[in-house]
Amino acid sequence: MVRSHVLVCSGTGCTSSGSQRILAAFDRELKETGLSDEIKVIKTGCFGLCALGPVVVVYPEGAFYSQVKSEDVPEIVEEHLLKGRIVKRLLYEETVKEDAVQSLDETGFYKKQLRVALKNCGVIDPENINEYIAYDGYMALAKVLTEMTPDDVIRTVTDSGLRGRGGGGFPTGRKWSFAAAQPKGQKYVCCNADEGDPGAFMDRSVLEGDPHVVIEAMAIAGYAIGANQGYVYVRAEYPIAVKRLQIAIDQARENGLLGKDILGTGFDFDLDIRLGAGAFVCGEETALLTSIEGHRGEPRPRPPFPAVSGLFGKPTVLNNVETYANIPQIILQGADWFCRIGTEKSKGTKVFALGGKINNTGLVEVPMGTTLRDIVFEIGGGIPNGKQFKAAQTGGPSGGCIPSEHLDIPVDYDNLISIGSMMGSGGLIVMDEDTCMVDIAKFFLEFTVDESCGKCTPCRIGTKRLHELLEKITDGKATMEDLDKLETLCYHIKENALCGLGQTAPNPVLSTLKYFRDEYVAHIVDKTCPAGVCKALLNIVILPEKCRGCTVCAKACPTGAISGTVKEPHVIDQSKCVKCGVCMEKCRFGAIVKH
Amino acid sequence: MKSIAELQALRDEMQGKIGIRHDSDAGVRVVVGMATCGIAAGARPVLKAFADEVGRRGLTHVSVGQTGCIGICQYEPVVEVYEPGKGKTTYVKVVPEMVPLIVSQHLVNGNPVVEYTIGSAK
Repeated sequence: MVRSHVLVCSGTGCTSSGSQRILAAFDRELKETGLSDEIKVIKTGCFGLCALGPVVVVYPEGAFYSQVKSEDVPEIVEEHLLKGRIVKRLLYEETVKEDAVQSLDETGFYKKQLRVALKNCGVIDPENINEYIAYDGYMALAKVLTEMTPDDVIRTVTDSGLRGRGGGGFPTGRKWSFAAAQPKGQKYVCCNADEGDPGAFMDRSVLEGDPHVVIEAMAIAGYAIGANQGYVYVRAEYPIAVKRLQIAIDQARENGLLGKDILGTGFDFDLDIRLGAGAFVCGEETALLTSIEGHRGEPRPRPPFPAVSGLFGKPTVLNNVETYANIPQIILQGADWFCRIGTEKSKGTKVFALGGKINNTGLVEVPMGTTLRDIVFEIGGGIPNGKQFKAAQTGGPSGGCIPSEHLDIPVDYDNLISIGSMMGSGGLIVMDEDTCMVDIAKFFLEFTVDESCGKCTPCRIGTKRLHELLEKITDGKATMEDLDKLETLCYHIKENALCGLGQTAPNPVLSTLKYFRDEYVAHIVDKTCPAGVCKALLNIVILPEKCRGCTVCAKACPTGAISGTVKEPHVIDQSKCVKCGVCMEKCRFGAIVKH
Repeated sequence: MKSIAELQALRDEMQGKIGIRHDSDAGVRVVVGMATCGIAAGARPVLKAFADEVGRRGLTHVSVGQTGCIGICQYEPVVEVYEPGKGKTTYVKVVPEMVPLIVSQHLVNGNPVVEYTIGSAK
């Protein structure tokens, strides 16, 4: 009998910070102490607190150890697992209160979260179908196959108000009803796991932590629309997700939960993985389907929509990973339950990948309508080093920035669009006062220029020109006419590009122009970068009254731009300076500043 | 798996094995003193016997854990049972052979095994 469970996070975040070595150390230590039969070690998916990884949780005490090193494992085994004394120095500090271990749910990071799509992430072993089944896994599929007609399923999903979590926010139930309304025959169910936004890792975490939920939901979708084949399109850069999903598919087949005559009900459904090469455009639905067909991943005009003519020209339902992760819960707990979470037009929860200048980098799931302030300051733990919040970027290269005056807006699909951003897939990048908004816009444009597939002119050439204009601004060579040109070109691309990638590519520029126009003007008119980021507009100077002439800066300068005699103030030759900032780091007197 | 009944049976079986992962304050806690004195007096086999017996009977409302020195080293191995709303019962000089009776009489039926408790110790 097992008396204690040790959960070791094996998401990509904790794996890269060394959780595999911790697993090996537990294995070794437990064997040595003879505890292997009593203590079970489980590899789980992401707990969400990636900034504090690797994470280890020990039950039944629920002790949450953070930033564990493999050297700490003998102490945990000896003290906690053998003698029952929790190793306090390794506990996540927020869970320690007056000497007692507090439940993780009580911490600022988890208190305001509500986990629906991530329900099993960090709780079950993703490579063990039995653990998924223990948490009511495949019960929704069983309920659908025995108690519900396809129409009932679609009605439940429609009534729940679930909208696509990939970014568009289209009502999922309606999408399914369009495909179901097509004449009987070959139909397909596809899953978009081609998460391409920089800084987004929601879908990866679901696939890594709870792959069966996607399989179950796709089978339910297959039953609803009359399809018996599904494809999961996942990028090859997600090796752990691909591996666990394949294991999950194999286990589901072995258990008769995929394949012919599922649970003896006569319903057939099977699933295969298709790997993407990591092109951003393949996250666009028509390009994704084209890529599954074996062609070059390029979008095509809509209509016809995939629900009518999708994969191989057949009716196809394509949903995002997170959308699917909500489906089994909706079936089991009912549309009314789901409707009670969220806002009037955006039901349920949303997963966000918190990144950038924030203390708790990681994965969070909150009810729709939670304010950005709660997400950034309560859950995210605020901005490091006492810096000021400047803006949050949602929706990746297709989205926009939300400035501090909108921190209290309830986050849902419609509110974000009304302030010029978008929900997107859930990447949320926080920026502090040291971020230059023009530089951020340029960064995202550089990404879209690289990722444009080149099929349509507005996107292929337009984004390139847009990027050039931004470069001109950050180089201090632009005029106010260029700013007008920039804006005109943005709207031109938005209106004329073929697919979502091009239509949304100018959004980072438009939203920074809307809220931070003064920064653009400062670059153009005053030739300065207020945040001190754009190198061409930056001079590094030595303040003569503070310089003691210690010569440290001159020795450190890689280009020999600093000269001066010992004990006399030094000077920087601006024509040689490459603005690397090494001299600022080395100076012990604070005499070197950006100007 | 060929039927829903099989799926439900597997779920029920598996739920017993993952029950310890729920943060529940409602259940009964069995705590074995596992400081140096307890281990030296033979607390390890007692702990294992409790874990085995609770697992075998599928008592999902019971968790088995350890604690440090309870302070009555001459009575080790000491086992304490915490029941919500009822306070605790302290068993002393416990050996694995006593465990099945404590589990069946106390943890299942709610009647402490008085002759094993500290009050009856000589």
